Amino acid sequence: MTLRAKMAAGLAMATALVFAGSAQAEPNIDPNPDVTELVINGEIPITIRAPAPDHLDGALPEIYSGWLYRDASTREMEMDDFENPAMPFVDAGIEAWNAVDGSEGKSCADCHGAIEEGMAGVRAVMPKVNEAGALWSMEDYINDCRVNRMGAEAYDWDKQPMKNITAAIAAQSRGMPVNVAIDGAAAPYWEQGREMYYTRYGKLQLSCASCHQENNNNFIRGDHLSQGQINGFPVYRLKQSALVTIHNRFYGCVRDTQAESFAKGGDELRALELYVASRGNGLSVEGPSVRP
Amino acid sequence: MRKLFVLCTAGMVMLPSVLAAETAPGDVVFGDLGAVEESLTGTAGNAEAGLEVATTRSLGNCLACHVAEGWAHMPLPGNIGPALTSVAHRYTEAELRGILINSKHMFEGTVMPSFYNVDDIIRPGDGYTGKAATSVEPLLSAQQIEDLLALLQTFDEPEEE
Ligand code: HEC
Ligand code: HEC
Ligand code: HEC
Repeated sequence: MTLRAKMAAGLAMATALVFAGSAQAEPNIDPNPDVTELVINGEIPITIRAPAPDHLDGALPEIYSGWLYRDASTREMEMDDFENPAMPFVDAGIEAWNAVDGSEGKSCADCHGAIEEGMAGVRAVMPKVNEAGALWSMEDYINDCRVNRMGAEAYDWDKQPMKNITAAIAAQSRGMPVNVAIDGAAAPYWEQGREMYYTRYGKLQLSCASCHQENNNNFIRGDHLSQGQINGFPVYRLKQSALVTIHNRFYGCVRDTQAESFAKGGDELRALELYVASRGNGLSVEGPSVRP
Repeated sequence: MRKLFVLCTAGMVMLPSVLAAETAPGDVVFGDLGAVEESLTGTAGNAEAGLEVATTRSLGNCLACHVAEGWAHMPLPGNIGPALTSVAHRYTEAELRGILINSKHMFEGTVMPSFYNVDDIIRPGDGYTGKAATSVEPLLSAQQIEDLLALLQTFDEPEEE
């Protein structure tokens, strides 16, 4: 390439930068500074902004709940349980909690007591390493109890009975700070999840970070990109009229890079879940939340 | 290596290569700054076909990330990348072709996909199905790149202040 051509291209790039500045929204800033608080039912204050955890090492200046990126009508639905379309599923989950199932004639409540006491704080620390040293998601703990303690059938990871009970359990921790462990036995899983977060998958060669770290607050087509936090899961998606699990969301985001996605309930997505959860350490558990 | 597209009829030997020769993704020659001088197909692009490629999700899907006056009729363009309305003033034809083929040569680490590339793809999928790809094809064909180039060359509105 000639010197002239090089200079022309260099100039073009400099101009491009200037124009990039004016055309693009500013990524990685507070998406909605006017919205100061989220209080559910007028009584559960939710932390929607928090200092970024140290392990992020400045990759995000501050962390934000996905709720902050949604429009006013969607935000309002989440402020009142009577308007939150996920709440009937929470009720169904509580019913299942109290119902006897399986060959041992037991209900969850028989061992854990009322769901309000037995499950308070559990969502905030999931996923976590079990006694045998394996990383387990909430769904794994539930199925372990069902199969090995109740003599009941395992719930399908992504089907309604499981989504109901995880929604009911999440709701018992609303307002508590997410605080997953990333050190000790969790460290290798966390490293695996971090590696995945920054890997540019698929024919579009995009990582989670390409969209949720570099471009949060920008728009991809009509979608206002959030930080991709999971403190609000399971979420009720208005577009799908359904509760959506963490792994279902991850599956879809990887698929949309034109990649071969990862199995829901598989080891890869469990590790990714731990890492993504840890990026939200300090936000409140907010599930079940409402999203477009 | 250049692939010759020949009409093959049973029993017939190769036709002379007067038919268009297409450059395969691995054979594209990039200049220092990522420009590509030579047409991929030798056939001039069609801007109208380019607009179709740019605004179709399963093809270029450029409007997912870019605003442009040329597709102002489409709802909700994204803003991940810069507006393209005046892009013909900013880059030469060869530079634009290079950006369309593989913009990572010009913009290191960019999130913009490489549209005519088959290298370094991790877990290639079969479109948007979530299933594994059976073979790795570039996102767009050589002629679709030339069609997009023809489109971008019409994006010559004066630069805004
Ligand atoms: C026979 C008694 C028993 C029954 C019935 C039972 N569990 Fe458990 N569950 C346990 C024990 C014991 C543990 C492990 C000890 C612990 O950490 O609390 C446990 C752990 C859990 C955990 C992980 C808690 C944590 O903080 O690590 C969850 C979640 C859970 N159970 C959900 C359920 C659900 C949902 C049901 C009903 C479908 C159920 N359990 C039924 C005994 C039971
Ligand atoms: C091409 C861009 C893109 C990529 C790459 C991507 N996502 Fe997303 N993701 C989206 C969009 C768009 C949404 C919906 C709007 C939003 O909440 O950001 C979304 C939503 C989410 C949500 C829901 C957030 C909420 O509050 O409801 C999570 C969690 C998420 N993504 C995680 C991931 C993970 C993990 C990866 C990497 C495996 C990933 N995403 C890769 C575009 C992307
Ligand atoms: C996932 C988002 C994304 C998609 C899809 C995308 N681009 Fe880009 N594009 C970008 C970004 C970001 C830049 C800025 C380069 C950088 O990263 O510095 C860019 C830069 C450009 C530039 C240079 C603009 C300038 O002023 O410097 C052109 C031209 C361009 N893109 C054309 C296209 C076309 C045509 C398509 C569709 C075939 C397309 N892009 C699809 C994100 C995207």
